[in-house]
Amino acid sequence: MSGKPRRVVVTSPRTGAARRPRHPLTREIDEQTQLGEVYMKSLVRTQFRLALFVCTVLACVVGGLPLLFLLVPELRGVRLLGVPLAWAVLAGLIYPAFVAGAWLYVRQAERNERDFAELMDAE
Amino acid sequence: MSGITAVVIVMLATVLIGAFGIRFSRTTSDFYVASRTVSPLWNASAIGGEYLSAASFLGIAGLILAHGADMLWLPVGWTGGYLVLLVLVSAPLRRSGAYTLPDFAEARLESMTVRRVSSVLVVLIGWLYLMPQFQSAGLVFRTITGAPAWTGCLLVAVVVAVNVLSGGMRSITFVQAFQYWLKLTALAVPLVFMMLAWRADGAPGLDPGDPWALPLHGRDHVVYETYSLILATFLGTMGLPHVLVRFYTNPDGRAARRTTLVVLSLLGAFYLIPAAYGYLGRVYDLPESDTVVIALPDRVIGGTLGELLTSLVTAGAFAAFLSTSSGLTVSVAGVIAQDILRGGVRSFRIATILAVVVPFALAGTARSLPVATVVGLAFAVAASSFCPLLVLGIWWRRLTTAGAMAGLLVGGGLACAAVLATITGGPYDGWAGALLSQPAAWTVPVAFAVMITVSLLTPSRVPSGVARTMVRLHTPETLNVDRGDWRSRSA
Repeated sequence: MSGKPRRVVVTSPRTGAARRPRHPLTREIDEQTQLGEVYMKSLVRTQFRLALFVCTVLACVVGGLPLLFLLVPELRGVRLLGVPLAWAVLAGLIYPAFVAGAWLYVRQAERNERDFAELMDAE
Repeated sequence: MSGITAVVIVMLATVLIGAFGIRFSRTTSDFYVASRTVSPLWNASAIGGEYLSAASFLGIAGLILAHGADMLWLPVGWTGGYLVLLVLVSAPLRRSGAYTLPDFAEARLESMTVRRVSSVLVVLIGWLYLMPQFQSAGLVFRTITGAPAWTGCLLVAVVVAVNVLSGGMRSITFVQAFQYWLKLTALAVPLVFMMLAWRADGAPGLDPGDPWALPLHGRDHVVYETYSLILATFLGTMGLPHVLVRFYTNPDGRAARRTTLVVLSLLGAFYLIPAAYGYLGRVYDLPESDTVVIALPDRVIGGTLGELLTSLVTAGAFAAFLSTSSGLTVSVAGVIAQDILRGGVRSFRIATILAVVVPFALAGTARSLPVATVVGLAFAVAASSFCPLLVLGIWWRRLTTAGAMAGLLVGGGLACAAVLATITGGPYDGWAGALLSQPAAWTVPVAFAVMITVSLLTPSRVPSGVARTMVRLHTPETLNVDRGDWRSRSA
C-alpha cells in the first residue's frame, strides 16, 4: 500500500427511495402477522424434524435390540470383545454413541438457529 | 468401624458446607444471577451430583446381580433420558423462563388449575423418589453398624431437613458439583483395586452357559417389562422436579443444550461402573441385595485395604443419599410452600418438614422393594404425566388447557394407582403383576392419547397467548423479539 488512497464518495442509487425498517422480519413476528407466523412455524418445524429424527434413530437402536434378541435367540449368546453382546453394547458402547449423537444434534440445532437469525437479520 | 467414621465425616461435611453455603449465598446479592455465570461443566457436574441417587450408586448393581443382563437397561435409560431431554426439551424449557414444572404449566397453558395439578404431581413424584433413598440409608446403616434400619433412615432424614431448613444446600451449584466427583471417585477407585485383585485371582469368569449373563431370561413377561422399563426411563427423566430446577441456572437456551451434552458424558462415565460391580458380585457369589456395592470390596480384597475401600464406598453412598434427598426436598418443599401453602419463609419451613416426614413414614410402612425398582416407578409416573405435558406443550400449538389437564389427571393418576398397588400390596402374579410393577408401557401412550384427543375436542380452549409463548420457547436469545412478559413466581 503506497500513497494515500483516493477518497471515493459512495452513494446509493436509491437514496431517495423509501427505506425499509431495520428489522422488518422480527417486527413481523412481534406483530404476529401471517408472514411472521409462517417464519415462526418454519423454525419450530425445522427444529422438531431434527428432534424427531434423533428420537427415531434412538428408538430404532434401543427398541430394536430387545426385538433382535427376541427374534434371533442365537444372538443372545454371541460374544463381542470377550463378553456377551448385550453387555458389550449396554454396558459400554451405547454410552459413547449417546454422546456422539448428542454432539451432532447440538451442532445441527445451533446451525438451524443461526440460519434463522441470519434470515431475520438479512434485511 | 471405619465405615461409621466415613458416615460421620460425610454428614459433618454436608452440614458444615451447608453452613458455609449460607454465608456464601448471603454475600451474593442475587443468588440466581450469580449462579448463571457458572460454566456448562460445573452446571453439568451439579446436575449429575443431584441426579445420581442411591438407586444409581447402590441399586443398579444390586438389580443386575439379582436379575442379570436385562437390568443393564436401567442405567442406559437413566443416561439416554438426557438425550431425549436434550432434543425435545432442554433449550425451549430454559427459554420459557420456568423455574419449576408447575411454572412451565402455568406459563404455557395460562391456567392456575393446571399449575396446581402439576404441583400435586411434583410432590407425589418427589415423595416416591425420597422414600427409597431413606430406606436404603437404613439398609446401609444396618449393614455397617448392625443398628436397626430405622435409625439410618432417621439420621439421613434429620440431616436433610436441618440442611434444607438452614438454607445451606439451597441450589448451591458447587456443592452438588463436588458430590458428582465424590460419587464417581468412591465407586471408581475401589473398582480399580478390585479389578487388580480379580486378575490376581486368575480372572475368574462365569460359566459360559450361565443364563444370568444373557438377555431376556428368567422372569415371565420379560419382553414387556424390558420395553416398559425403557419407556419409563427414557421419557421420565425430563419430568423429574429436581433435575429441571438446575436448567434455570444456564444463561440461555444454547448453554442449556451444551450443559445437557456434558451431563450425558458425565453420566455415561459413571454408569459404566455399576455393571462391573454387578458382574463381580456374581463372580464372587455375593447374596442378591442392594448392599452388594458395600459388601464387594471386603469380599474381593479383604484386609485393611478392603476395609478402607468399604469406607470409601459407604461415604459415597451417604453422599448419594444426602445430595439427592436434599435436592428433592428443596424442590418438593418449594412447590408445597408456593402452590399449596401461602408462600413465604414460614410456609417453606412447614413444607420442608412435610417433604421429609411423609416419605420417612412411607419408608417405614411400605413394602421393602429394591431401591432402583421404586425409583423406576417414580420415573414411570413422571413419564406418564410431565413428559406429554412438556413435549406437547413445547412442540404442539393446539394443546389446550382442558387437554393438558385431562392428560395429567388420567396419565398421572393411572401411574400413581399402579405404583400404590405395587408398593403397598403385592407382589402380584402373572400379567397383573407385570402391568402394575412396570406401568409405563400402557400409561404413557394413554396419557399422550388423552392429552391429544381432549385438546382436539376443545379447540376453543387453546391459550390466547400461545403464539407469543412459541416465540419465547423457540427463538434464539440473540434475536431481539417480543417474548411476552411472563415471569416465574418461584424464582
